[in-house]
Amino acid sequence: MKYLSHIFNHLRKDLRLEWRSRDAINGMLFFALLVVVVFALAFDPTGFPTTTRQISGGILWVALLFASVTALNQSWTRELRNQVLEAHRMAPAPASALFLGKAIANLLFVLVVEAVLTPIFIIFFNLQVLGNAWLFALILPLGTWAIVVNGTFFAALGLRARNRELLLPLILLPVSLPALLMMVQASTGVLTGELDSIQIRTWITQLAGYDIIYTTVCILLFETVLNAE
Amino acid sequence: MSRSSTVRNVAWLWFIATVAVLIVGFRQAIFLVPTEETMGNLQRIFYYHLPHAILGLIFPYVNVAASLAFLYWRRRDPLKALTADALAAASAEVTVLFVSIGLFSGMLWAKPAWGIWWAWDARLTTFLLLWLLYVSYLLVRRFSPAGQTGTLSAVLSVFAAIDVPIVYMSIQWWRTQHPAPVFGPNGGGVDARLLPAVFWNLAGWAMWGIFVMLFRFALERRRQLAEQEAALQAIEASLETPQ
Repeated sequence: MKYLSHIFNHLRKDLRLEWRSRDAINGMLFFALLVVVVFALAFDPTGFPTTTRQISGGILWVALLFASVTALNQSWTRELRNQVLEAHRMAPAPASALFLGKAIANLLFVLVVEAVLTPIFIIFFNLQVLGNAWLFALILPLGTWAIVVNGTFFAALGLRARNRELLLPLILLPVSLPALLMMVQASTGVLTGELDSIQIRTWITQLAGYDIIYTTVCILLFETVLNAE
Repeated sequence: MSRSSTVRNVAWLWFIATVAVLIVGFRQAIFLVPTEETMGNLQRIFYYHLPHAILGLIFPYVNVAASLAFLYWRRRDPLKALTADALAAASAEVTVLFVSIGLFSGMLWAKPAWGIWWAWDARLTTFLLLWLLYVSYLLVRRFSPAGQTGTLSAVLSVFAAIDVPIVYMSIQWWRTQHPAPVFGPNGGGVDARLLPAVFWNLAGWAMWGIFVMLFRFALERRRQLAEQEAALQAIEASLETPQ
């Protein structure tokens, strides 16, 4: 129970800090919007509804992935000021509680961005979901967690590195590739209605499995990374 | 500490043996082994491609083992941990080398033989991902602050080890849903008459890979020992100055 209260305290801290400045959410939102607009210039969404449905899943997750990367780095840099990171290291609370609190905070920020982005997507691409749209309530959080949990971990890993901003996407993208495949295939399956429910369910289950595996690995290895010096 | 002459002699012998095996393998592959019926002489690149592809899948295991050893010894025996870190760095570089050659030779073979440069099937995509993961490993080693290099790259190595099977399985499932061209000989094994070329080249390139890896390992060890010497001198110098 104490562990959960630690996580909750870290979460509250990050939410409060973000609420006061709203840097990350604004930055992410605008970035994702720009990606959507650029892709809309690349093909004609109105003229080719079938093609639009087939690639919208991919565009959505690419936009979210790049938007998350811009926010993840600065979620840790706020810990560098005032030697807060040293304080975290010296505190007796388990380091993984800090990690989970921050990862959940990042998850909430990206979910807020998704909530705003989804209607914009539908409007700009004239999307009509042919499958069961309620599945997105499952796909979006699971997919976002896959990006955020690894992203938060690797952002902490590269915290003292030079070229920190460049390093995060270079490490994050290869490791996230299977999760990206799963979330894009599941999203496209729901949008186009071409996959039957068993296949979509398999993708979602694989995504959940990926989430569980990598959450465990990140929790186990975070202490090592925090105390790398 | 001096490198003993036995190690140097063994290294020279190994190098000469490697070159000899590679020469025999080359002769086997290009001149002795019969020409394959469908692809003709183009197929001979296979004897270069296959060893590199197989070895590109073996050296990562050396890297993962060395990384785990590093993480284990990091607090218990720092000197052993340093050696493990040197081996991890050497094996990662050799992995990138072999996987790069495997990818490149595969593409050169594929275009004239099957008409396409690349296919996103399970095997090829996993191989490409392996390359991406180990290039990112080398980048982490380069960009990490001094003193953290070993730990951070060891952690990434663990992530990479877990990722590769997941990628393979997920793309395999994807390709059962949406079949796409599968590269390479997917029929039964290799014809028995072609085996001598395969074995000689596999042995030769394995010996070469081990030679390069151990050479790089020795270089890294020397660099680490020089660093330790410099640190020791700095400490002793600071002790001599009157406080």
